[in-house]
This record gives sequence, C-alpha cells and structure tokens, in this order.
Amino acid sequence: MNPLIDTLILVAVAAAVVLVFWGVNFLLGPRSSGVVKETPFETGQVPLTPPGHRLTVRFYLIAILFVVFDVELIFLFPWAVVFNKLGLFGLIEMLAFIGVLFIGLFYAWKRGALEWE
Amino acid sequence: MIWIVYIAKFAFFLFALAVLAPLLTWVERKQSAVMQDRIGANRASIFGMRALGLFHALADVLKLFTKEFFIPRGAQKLIFLLAPCISIFFALLGFAVIPHADSLIVAGQSYAMQIVAADVGILFFFAVLSMAVYGVILGGWASNNNYAVLGGMRASAQMISYEVALGVSLIGVILVYGSVDLLEISRAQSELWFGFLPQWGIFVQPLAFFIFMTAGIAETKRIPFDAPEGESEIVGYFIEYGGMGFGMYFLTDFIETILIASMTVIFFLGGFQIPYLQADGLHIPGLMPLLFPDTVVLGVFQLNNLIVTLLQFAAFIFKVAVVIFLMMTIRWTLPRFRYDQIMNLGWKMLLPLSLVNIIVTAVVLYWLR
Repeated sequence: MNPLIDTLILVAVAAAVVLVFWGVNFLLGPRSSGVVKETPFETGQVPLTPPGHRLTVRFYLIAILFVVFDVELIFLFPWAVVFNKLGLFGLIEMLAFIGVLFIGLFYAWKRGALEWE
Repeated sequence: MIWIVYIAKFAFFLFALAVLAPLLTWVERKQSAVMQDRIGANRASIFGMRALGLFHALADVLKLFTKEFFIPRGAQKLIFLLAPCISIFFALLGFAVIPHADSLIVAGQSYAMQIVAADVGILFFFAVLSMAVYGVILGGWASNNNYAVLGGMRASAQMISYEVALGVSLIGVILVYGSVDLLEISRAQSELWFGFLPQWGIFVQPLAFFIFMTAGIAETKRIPFDAPEGESEIVGYFIEYGGMGFGMYFLTDFIETILIASMTVIFFLGGFQIPYLQADGLHIPGLMPLLFPDTVVLGVFQLNNLIVTLLQFAAFIFKVAVVIFLMMTIRWTLPRFRYDQIMNLGWKMLLPLSLVNIIVTAVVLYWLR
C-alpha cells in the first residue's frame, strides 16, 4: 500500500477515463465541415478582430500578486504544522512575516493594483 | 487480498464519477425547479417511465457522447484537444486523498478508506486544484475566439485570486490540528469540548469556515461567481467546444463541486465523524449512562468496527450531500456578482480576513498551551 503506487494507479485510471470520453465521442459523433461552421462564434457575425490583441493590464497584475502571495502561503504551511514545537520564537517570527505580507497587500491596494474601474 | 482492496477502491472511484456527477445535474435541475415554482425536468422517459426526470441525466450523457467534437479554424489543435482533458483529469485526481471513513480493521490488518493514504493530503488537494486553472486558460486561449480568450482570462484571474484566500484560510485549521494529513484532521475532530460539543472545525475556526466556503464556491466558478461564463455577456472559455469537449468541462464543474464540498466537510464539519461515535462504539455523554444502565457499559454502547466504519461512511456522504445542497441553494438564490465585485471580495475582504484569522488563531493557541 505504497501511496506513490496508489497515486500512479489513480493517474492511470483517470487518464483511461479521459481517453474513453474522447474515444467514444469520436466514434459516435458525426463529422462535417464548412467555411461558416468553422468560423469562430462571435454573436453571429463575421469576427472583426482575431483574439490575442490586447488584454487589460489588470490580469497581469493579478497574476503577479498571485505568485507573490501563493509563495508566501507555501512558507506558512510547514510553520503551521510545527507551530506547537516552535514556541514563542515561531510565533513572533511568523507575526513579523504576516506583518510584511500585510504591508505588501496594503501597498498594492493603495497603488491601485486591486482596482477594477 | 490486496487486489480486492484495489478493485474496491477504483470501483468506488468510477462509481462516484459515473453516478454522482450526472445525478448532481438532476438534483440541480430539480432543486431550481422547486425554488422557482416550476415542474422541472420530467420529459425524458424509458418505456413511458419518467422516474421524476432521473433519465435526463442519462439523456444528457448520451447526447454529449453522440455530438460532434469539432475544431474551429485557427485553433491550436493539440492544446484545444488537451485542455478539457487537463481540466477533468486533475479534478478526478482530487478524490485521491479524501478519507471516507476511519481505517477499517479486518483480521488485524488496517485498511485506509482513502484511495491514496498519503500524509500530505492538503498539499495534494491544493496541487490538483491549482492545475485546474491550466485547463481553463488553455481552452480559452487555444479556441481562437475573442469571447473564449476573455472568458479564460477572467476565469483564471478569479481562480488564482480565490486560491490564495482558500489556502490562507486553511492555515488556521492546520494550526489547530497540527497536521496536513486529512485522516489525522478528521480523527482530531472526534474529541469533545466541555464533554459534549464535538471539536469540529466550524466551532474551532468559524471565520475560516465562511472564507473557505465562499472561496470554494468561487473556485468552482458557479453562480454567484460565474463571471467567466456569464451567458448574457461572454459565453465562456468553452464556447467553441462541442460534444464531450464541452461535456468534460461540464463534468469538471460538478466534480469540483463535490470535491469542494468534501473538503469543507473534512476541515469544518468533522469529516466522517459522528458525534460521540468512537472506534469502539457510541460514547454517550452526560446522564445517559445513568438512565440506561443495562445497555451501556461505562458509557459506551459497543459496536462492531465494521458497523462503525459503515456508519462513518454514511455520515460522510450525508454531510457532503448537505453541503452540496447548501451550495446549490446559494446558486439559485443570489444573482451574478459583477467582475470587480468578485475581485474586490477576494483581495480586499477574504484575504485580509484570513490573514487576521491566522494571527488570532496563532496567538490564542500560544496563549492556551
């Protein structure tokens, strides 16, 4: 009952499920093609611009903020598990760490990184 | 013997996929019908039998399988084919670490009621949950469609925002129970406070419960957090998908709902624990032993280990069903939030609140010990 082997078997089963979904759909589904049919859907009219032009910069800001906070989150997990063994040192260290996090969040907030018009 | 265990595990896994997810679509339709004073889905029939519309789930699956899966012009073919697979694949993996009951002991051997008895359950759960973003954003990006790109961007921005709040709210729970092993966390919740109140996460970490539920619903991208697939503005990142490609995204939604509900139950509603039920039987608190001295020896109503496991399993399924019902009630009660409201809630409310929750929990725990 090695967890790693169990995980591998589960991965195989899940992959098999996905393959069955695809396979059955390709076997049973009809096929046809046409110029109009293959045009990307855009409320029934011919698409004016191809996608991938410009997106609002907010999305990139959110992505960067996510990376920052998610990395901080990874540091919090081991600390939370061994909190009882660390004692006062662990508490104060992490209070300082979360304090820095708060300052960072507050800074991003005040600079308008979290505003959506 | 070991093969029987494996077959039982994966039979259960496939059962959960093949039965629970379609059943959930039926529950959702029926519930919406009841809430909106309609009759609801009841047209599909086999030999004139309608069975309360249960066959609609079957009809849905058949229809999705027999529809064309086609690739629009200009799409990135490989990624377009792969994206829904990524989505459902990682949603399925999430079930690996869920403990459905305490370990079953047969002939001195202990069998974990988890598909994978890993001791890093929370980390595994977060790993597969984060991977769901890839399925969404790649599907949107590969479709060569303006709406799909927008939907994919919105969905991924929303999911990563709420993932932070989701993770930070769980730190408090890990602090209290001192483990990232889901089985350990479930076991720890069998202890009692003041001799009668079970130490469930919802009593120990009430704020974290609300943050986790909110962020969880946002993670599944369902109403009221369904801005990525708002029908009236942009149809969604799966706009160009047909047949099982759409079906996989659709199923992912429901599988993730089950996953989030299971995690809510494990962290906050005692997991598989039934109050006062321990491994050796029912521990009755207070005056009960005095009232029934014959049946109860030292306050313990003896039960077989197998019966206890079955009861715990039933309790877990029941609790998950209750949480899913709650999530669906929320879904049919609230209107869709605007996108800026969603982002504000995630970053300006839930994240600071969950950080405060960590500080308060840590200080109180240090003070109490």
